[in-house]
Amino acid sequence: MYSKGLIPLAVATVVAMGTAMALIFFYAPLDADQGFVQKIFYVHVPMAIVALCGFVAGGIMAIKHLRTGDRSWDLRSYVAIHLSIILGVGVLVTGAIWAKASWGHWWVWDEPVLVSFLVVFLLYCVYYPLRFAIEDPERQARYSSVFAIAAGAFVPLNFMAVRLAEAYTHPRVLSQTGGSLPGDMRLTFLVALAAMALLFVTLWKLELTAKHASLQLKKLRRRLDARVAA
Amino acid sequence: MIGTARAILQKDLLLELRTKESVPAMTLFTLTVYVLFHFGLDRDSLDGELASGVLWVTLLLASIIGVSRLFGAEREQGGIVGLLLAPVDRTALWVAKAAALFLMLVAVELVAVPAFGLLLLGPSLGGALPELLVVLALGNVGIAAVGALVAALAAETRAHELIVPLLLLPLLVPVLISCAQATEPLLRQDAGPEDLGRWLGLLSLYDVVFVLLSVAVFDFLLED
Repeated sequence: MYSKGLIPLAVATVVAMGTAMALIFFYAPLDADQGFVQKIFYVHVPMAIVALCGFVAGGIMAIKHLRTGDRSWDLRSYVAIHLSIILGVGVLVTGAIWAKASWGHWWVWDEPVLVSFLVVFLLYCVYYPLRFAIEDPERQARYSSVFAIAAGAFVPLNFMAVRLAEAYTHPRVLSQTGGSLPGDMRLTFLVALAAMALLFVTLWKLELTAKHASLQLKKLRRRLDARVAA
Repeated sequence: MIGTARAILQKDLLLELRTKESVPAMTLFTLTVYVLFHFGLDRDSLDGELASGVLWVTLLLASIIGVSRLFGAEREQGGIVGLLLAPVDRTALWVAKAAALFLMLVAVELVAVPAFGLLLLGPSLGGALPELLVVLALGNVGIAAVGALVAALAAETRAHELIVPLLLLPLLVPVLISCAQATEPLLRQDAGPEDLGRWLGLLSLYDVVFVLLSVAVFDFLLED
């Protein structure tokens, strides 16, 4: 039921990723003062945007779960948050590399986006211990959804707070929204963003399919055991 | 709903008065943390950023104790079943728990803030007091709202004492930012330019969002 359209989606992801890589390395110009290392921007920023959208999407799916009582929405929310956390590790690592290359430090506290991302990441890491410390599956789904909603609302609030705290000590030089990028850089960025979003959706569907299949298998096993025992 | 909430709150306060479990422990904890900061920072008196940071980090750490004990009686004595069987609105339960936590924090701060002034703070506390009280009140509302939600989330999990601090502290980062930033100019030697309005605005927004959010989702916790 989840695998519908998975293959075309996977093909689209491969094509988009290939195009993005080609654009990054052969089309986008070298940055005037950062040079080659600036190209990590095309991986780092899309990854961060997709991860944050994944967190918020997880919250929205959790709302859907609580409203309808349909546990498949909890599974969707769980997989979205799970993938976003994995992307989050990538965001923090690439962010640190970029910071080292352009500012000379592995970590800079006066970069509000990076700092708020760390706080959000630390919060979402607690999703696993919370979820797996509850045994009853129905309650597990409900509590995880409540967490996903609270954390989803926390994401924008936290970004606001951290930005307010840092903004006045250190003016932001580089706008990461792509608003001030020259045309060819912006095109590359947008293609990279689309590729990352496609990758996320594909992995999400794949993971859902796998989870669903193993659940079905467990159900069949149980029925078989019952029949053998009888 | 108000009546139910008041009844639960009365029960919690009575329990706290009789057992004297959370508030004395939290107060003692704050004093211990001051001593730790004195040695850790190797400073006899603090002012400005360092002072407001130490004060707020200490209060947040102490709130962990209160939050993890918030459903303590219910969990250990099985009182939760009684609460759940009672045909009352779950929101009343959240209101009561948040109010209990708020009052506990006030009780702790009645000792912890003057003690901070005596033990660690360089400038005198007197001049900063009116503004500081506003910041403390708004901060307590935020901690109480989030704390009651986190306590309920963690109450039914196996690794309860592990979940509470891990969940609570990141959620309280915006509270720490706005409270520490709002307090910082108040505790400076030479009272500098203040930016109280912005931080109190952010703090109020946080309080409103988490109060509304908790009311909205609390029905789904402790349901069975």
